[in-house]
Amino acid sequence: MADVKFLLTGDTSLTVEFGNEISEAINTQIRAFNIALQESSIPGIVETVPTYRSLMIHYDPGVIQYKPLVKKLQALLGQLDKIVIPPSEVLEIPVLYGGETGPDLEFVAQHNGKTPEEVIKIHTSTEYLIYMLGFTPGFTYLGGMSDEIATPRLKTPRVKIPAGSVGIAGSQTGVYPIDSPGGWQLIGQTPVRMYDPDRETPILPQAGQYIKFYAIDKKEFDKIAAEEAAGTYVCKRHPREEAGK
Amino acid sequence: MSITVLNPGLLTTVQDLGRVGYQQFGVSVSGVMDPRAATLANILVGNPDGEAVLECTMMGPQLQFDQDNCIAITGGDLGPTLDGQPIATYRAIQVKAGQVLRFTAPKTGCRAFIAFAGGLDIPEVMGSRSTYMKAKIGGFQGRKLEKGDVIGFRAPQAELKNMPIRAMAPEFVPRPQYTIRVVLGPQDDYFTQEGIDTFLNEVYTVTPEFDRMGCRMEGPVIQHKDGGDIISDGIAFGAIQVPSAGKPIVMLCDRQTTGGYTKIANVISMDFRILAQLKAGDKVRFEKVSVQAAQDALLTQRQALSFLRSVMN
Repeated sequence: MADVKFLLTGDTSLTVEFGNEISEAINTQIRAFNIALQESSIPGIVETVPTYRSLMIHYDPGVIQYKPLVKKLQALLGQLDKIVIPPSEVLEIPVLYGGETGPDLEFVAQHNGKTPEEVIKIHTSTEYLIYMLGFTPGFTYLGGMSDEIATPRLKTPRVKIPAGSVGIAGSQTGVYPIDSPGGWQLIGQTPVRMYDPDRETPILPQAGQYIKFYAIDKKEFDKIAAEEAAGTYVCKRHPREEAGK
Repeated sequence: MSITVLNPGLLTTVQDLGRVGYQQFGVSVSGVMDPRAATLANILVGNPDGEAVLECTMMGPQLQFDQDNCIAITGGDLGPTLDGQPIATYRAIQVKAGQVLRFTAPKTGCRAFIAFAGGLDIPEVMGSRSTYMKAKIGGFQGRKLEKGDVIGFRAPQAELKNMPIRAMAPEFVPRPQYTIRVVLGPQDDYFTQEGIDTFLNEVYTVTPEFDRMGCRMEGPVIQHKDGGDIISDGIAFGAIQVPSAGKPIVMLCDRQTTGGYTKIANVISMDFRILAQLKAGDKVRFEKVSVQAAQDALLTQRQALSFLRSVMN
């Protein structure tokens, strides 16, 4: 933990930075530290925000001030390798690929010299790490997409992309959680609501989880969409098998 | 049991102290631009600190009261009147059913906060009544107020005890200020010493690109060592982003939760009230303080507010 830095971000928060690159190893440290912090008895923690390479900690200086907090966090870091963290969860996200819901699937295929079926096969073969959420409620920054289906953004962004659209931008992939403008190449759509402000858990994905997409047909799409509308849909999830096991 | 919006003004939204606990999911905090002023308004009418208020920007709204209630207006002086008669800011005011609250024109500052005794009948979304306009949630139907909107009161109070002392002495009413205190970091080491000196010694001018998300400033270029891009990390209220072009952007309540530009410093909590009252064309300077000094100042202010509350109730 020699490389860990404490960065000042004003008088009610600080950032603990674990490195200066995007890597699964660093993200695992952040996840472990976040879990350890939640389970610790350090008072005054208001909320934490995991990002690619750091954990932002908002705290109440009326309960604990900067210097004593840093001391406690350093002590916690020292015990980090003793903490057993549960395996990450994998969220299984169904996607209706191509057609009206994925108008750019053909282009992504052509751009990479593949058939649409091959693009779908590659896109559904990976467990993508959710490094962080940001930009809009429920927007996931995912890592791990194959370069074989990487495609530049649209030259002219679309004015309105429906919630649930699954896209590719460069070597990134992701899901639009709300209707928004955007320039990603749209290859499909999920009927699963990544974000619903009226739900008990408004945002489905969490940093540190993985997303695995799987292909569904229109009938299945409509069925899940109806369940989502009724509030009865439960997203499938399973513990991730760690590499090497 | 309510107020009716006769004219919404330029930008009037329902805000409390913000949506806490959802930044990790990409949800902006939102909330009032000047937490101290909003808290004072709530204290003056006997509300808890976190009660939702109306935040009014430059041109305030016209509101017709359909029921008696007590209100207090704090923050900038946007020229409030009741049935045409000027009324004081930083003082609890009794309003009768049928009366109309108007704002004539801004005299000092940019943003005023109206607290209503007993609070507004606005549902909480993710634990907060704050309007988050980009995601269209919270506040009144997730948007700024419009003509004809009707907002209910939850527990209106036709009168409050201790009315004569429900006011701030004039010397405690903040005056416009233009020196903004900052704590350096998180990425001050991405700038040359010359860049840091420029930031702390030169004058920066507020541009018209100033909304609840952020405030762009114009002034001498702040020099980076090697560009203004970083791997995205979290952004606090008052973070001063400096992209590669070298001009500062102060990040405010509706800021994105994460971003990929270097942040040279962070405005201290005590001085959010200065940010909230800035207008295009205002000139500001940044002054470096230690995090310890910033936290001591914040705690001293909290003690003063809690003393005020104990005196009034």
